[in-house]
Amino acid sequence: MNPLLCFHCGEPLLGSTVTARINGRDEAVCCQGCRAVAELIGDVGLSDYYLFRETSSARPDEAALARDAWAAYARPEIAAQFTRRSGDTESVTLAIDGMRCAACSWLIDKVLQLEPAVTQVSTNASTGRAHVSWDSSRLTLADILRTIARLGYRPCPLGDDQVQQLQQREQRTALKRLAVAGLGMMQVMMFAVASYSAHLSGESIEPGLLEFFRLVSLLVATPVMAYAGAPIFAGALQSLRRRTVGMDVPVAIALVLAYGASVWNALRGNRNEVYFDSVTMFVFFLTLGRFVQMSVRHRMTGVSDALARQLPAAAHRVDGKTIEDVPVSALRRGDPVLVRAGEVIPVDGELVAGMAAIDEAMLTGESLPVQRSPGESVAAGTLNCLGPIYVRVTETAAGTVISHIVSLLQRAQAQKPAVSRAADAAAARFLLCVILGAALTFALWLAFDPTQAFAATLAVLVVACPCAFAIAMPAALSAATARLAHGGVLVTNPDALETLARVDRIVFDKTGTLTRGVITVGRCVALADISEAQCLQIAASIELASEHPLARAFVPSATCEPARDVRTVAGCGVEGVVNDRRYRVGTDRFVADLRGEPGAEQTLADMAGTLVTLGDERQALALFDLRDAARTSAPAAIESLRKLNVSAQILSGDSQQAVGGVAAHCGITDYFARRSPVQKLAHVQQLQREGHCVAMMGDGVNDAPVLAGADVSIAMGRGAALAHASADMILVGDNLGSLADAICVARRSQRIARQNMIWSAFYNLGSLPLAALGFIPPWLAALGMSLSSIAVLLNTTRLLPRAQPPMGIGDSPQSRRHDVSSAIASQACAIGVRS
Amino acid sequence: MSILFVLIPLSLGLVVFAGWAFFWAVGNGQFDDLESPGWDALREESIAAPAKSPERRTDA
Repeated sequence: MNPLLCFHCGEPLLGSTVTARINGRDEAVCCQGCRAVAELIGDVGLSDYYLFRETSSARPDEAALARDAWAAYARPEIAAQFTRRSGDTESVTLAIDGMRCAACSWLIDKVLQLEPAVTQVSTNASTGRAHVSWDSSRLTLADILRTIARLGYRPCPLGDDQVQQLQQREQRTALKRLAVAGLGMMQVMMFAVASYSAHLSGESIEPGLLEFFRLVSLLVATPVMAYAGAPIFAGALQSLRRRTVGMDVPVAIALVLAYGASVWNALRGNRNEVYFDSVTMFVFFLTLGRFVQMSVRHRMTGVSDALARQLPAAAHRVDGKTIEDVPVSALRRGDPVLVRAGEVIPVDGELVAGMAAIDEAMLTGESLPVQRSPGESVAAGTLNCLGPIYVRVTETAAGTVISHIVSLLQRAQAQKPAVSRAADAAAARFLLCVILGAALTFALWLAFDPTQAFAATLAVLVVACPCAFAIAMPAALSAATARLAHGGVLVTNPDALETLARVDRIVFDKTGTLTRGVITVGRCVALADISEAQCLQIAASIELASEHPLARAFVPSATCEPARDVRTVAGCGVEGVVNDRRYRVGTDRFVADLRGEPGAEQTLADMAGTLVTLGDERQALALFDLRDAARTSAPAAIESLRKLNVSAQILSGDSQQAVGGVAAHCGITDYFARRSPVQKLAHVQQLQREGHCVAMMGDGVNDAPVLAGADVSIAMGRGAALAHASADMILVGDNLGSLADAICVARRSQRIARQNMIWSAFYNLGSLPLAALGFIPPWLAALGMSLSSIAVLLNTTRLLPRAQPPMGIGDSPQSRRHDVSSAIASQACAIGVRS
Repeated sequence: MSILFVLIPLSLGLVVFAGWAFFWAVGNGQFDDLESPGWDALREESIAAPAKSPERRTDA
């Protein structure tokens, strides 16, 4: 473990001296929250978790734990929205943010099972879901959520689980079809090989036995056609009904012709050729392709799911004097709602009472909270940072700002596949030519030699299937995907790599990408005779008791007791007593007020963030420059991007000053501050009109539309779920250096894809006339089709990672498995790419 | 070679059985998650005796 990083969450320690005692050893952690989680894990005897996890853990949300954000779920009418009941047993499906690897799911599983009332737990790390059942007379949903939250994960109950169930059913059916096709293929091939080898060695099989082989092959091939092949025929019918020609159409025609003729010949008992081997092999490869495509599709998170995680399920409605927890769906326009400090505002509304500091980073990207006074509006999904506020509901559900952002995102996503539509149209034209060519072949052979007509036509249909050509690109892409997964870049949209290779502009949102999205004390300047370290200690003691997000900047430096008599003045600062002396931390005027002077605006040279003053009853003691610190990897990453001829820009909703500071630090000259989501999207579209290929990197909800609109979008691993949903790639390790690697790999994969395409085009064009002339029997056509695909795959394996990077225990076998599966995946995509 | 007339139907019977077994396994959720069950060996370990594992490791 790196001594400068937190044992639990892997964030830099920033001078924290907090330690957690695990297995009799003191491990350095970055905050009290991480300490609590680490010691909890150690205390219940699950410290093995730290040996087996593959990524560092999420930092626990201390604020949410402290105010018990899950209390509302204890009420049956709110819990009922999410749970299913049978008798005394209640069960729920949870989406768990931060559950990234099998070790996480193991930990959650174990800790939940420590609870005697929990009857059943199943966790799935690949979908990030957990399914929990418990005895509802002894436990509530709130207890379950609290237990998970105490481990540092963010649980979110999913009410409507239809999508998940649908996907599971789809996956199971696809597996069954694959098994039927695979088993059938092996059986039929066994008989076919026997016949062929007898044929080749010049010997002959008894006619009775041969007849028997053919009937058994018919018996085995029929379920393969009817069950495993069903989706192919359904797809072909569907595209015919839409009057288009998809990949399914010639394939279905070839299958029906080959199967029909084989059945006819087998039942009639004549000596004509049967093609059951070609039929089953073809169905198997096609089914495999469909299966892989489906798995990739399932891995993407639904947008509605992400939205559900952003908004709370319950709100505190004020009824006269009483406060009642009600489901958000029960709120009506005009209802007064209480939002406590640290809670997410559930609806769009108008502030009625209380001075509010609202963290709008989710919507605007602003890294510091904004002040709102009564009469002003607040938006759903934003965070109330300071003290309780009362809000009158103006919009619920579909009318809220966050819903508009989601619909903007959906529109942008709908516009995107223009490129793939063009590719589809081209493929359709090619396939139409193939069908016409096959018909022509049949007609010509019928005129000259009717006995060969059928076999030649079939061979044309199979040989012309541009399988190797079709896998050329996807195989290279999926190998590159496996390679990138090693480097910490998850590709969720395989098409994106193709575009990434062409990228020449990269646009960063500032907050959370170039910066860490965490406010820290950037600089401390002592004004009196007290040292900077001492000033920092005093300020930290006072701020420890404050809930203000700026206050968290000081927490890592706190080594002493919290101050006494702490008083928070909204919009001004905090006052407290340390070592029997009264201090104030906050705005100039507020601090000067304590010594009875009017405040003078103080500034620091090269100030990049928000200025906070510390003073006592006699003088001002220190100035703190609080800023969202830039990632250490940022300048080097920008530099290596420049070497690849990719220039960087910043596009942020934050203030000019804050953006400028970060831009200077990272060496970026093009930056644009105070941009709304709509303006960001317009800016990216402008760049695209100028002919640039734009990659966008963001992490907030406000970035979701612009992420969807860019040519390639990359989200940070710790960003908002909605940003993930609209991103093509996710940077898991938060290491910006992987970006340049990703572009390198993407470009290399394009080179390999081009080689693959040239080779397979050569194969297709060369074999087509041979097949039409009747030199290729159908079985050889099917074999050639497979061999050309394999050649393409072998070339592609050059992209796969060779050396194992030094990572956690249990990582290497898994990544090796990943490589193998991705190789299979490419093979499959290969044959399966159709629509 | 007439033994083949017996053996091949037998092998078909086996294939049908294998297919049935696979269908059963899929329907039973055996293939829903191929990641986490690898950790079941750890899951089975009784929670009552947690202190052992770290010591065992240092001995080794």
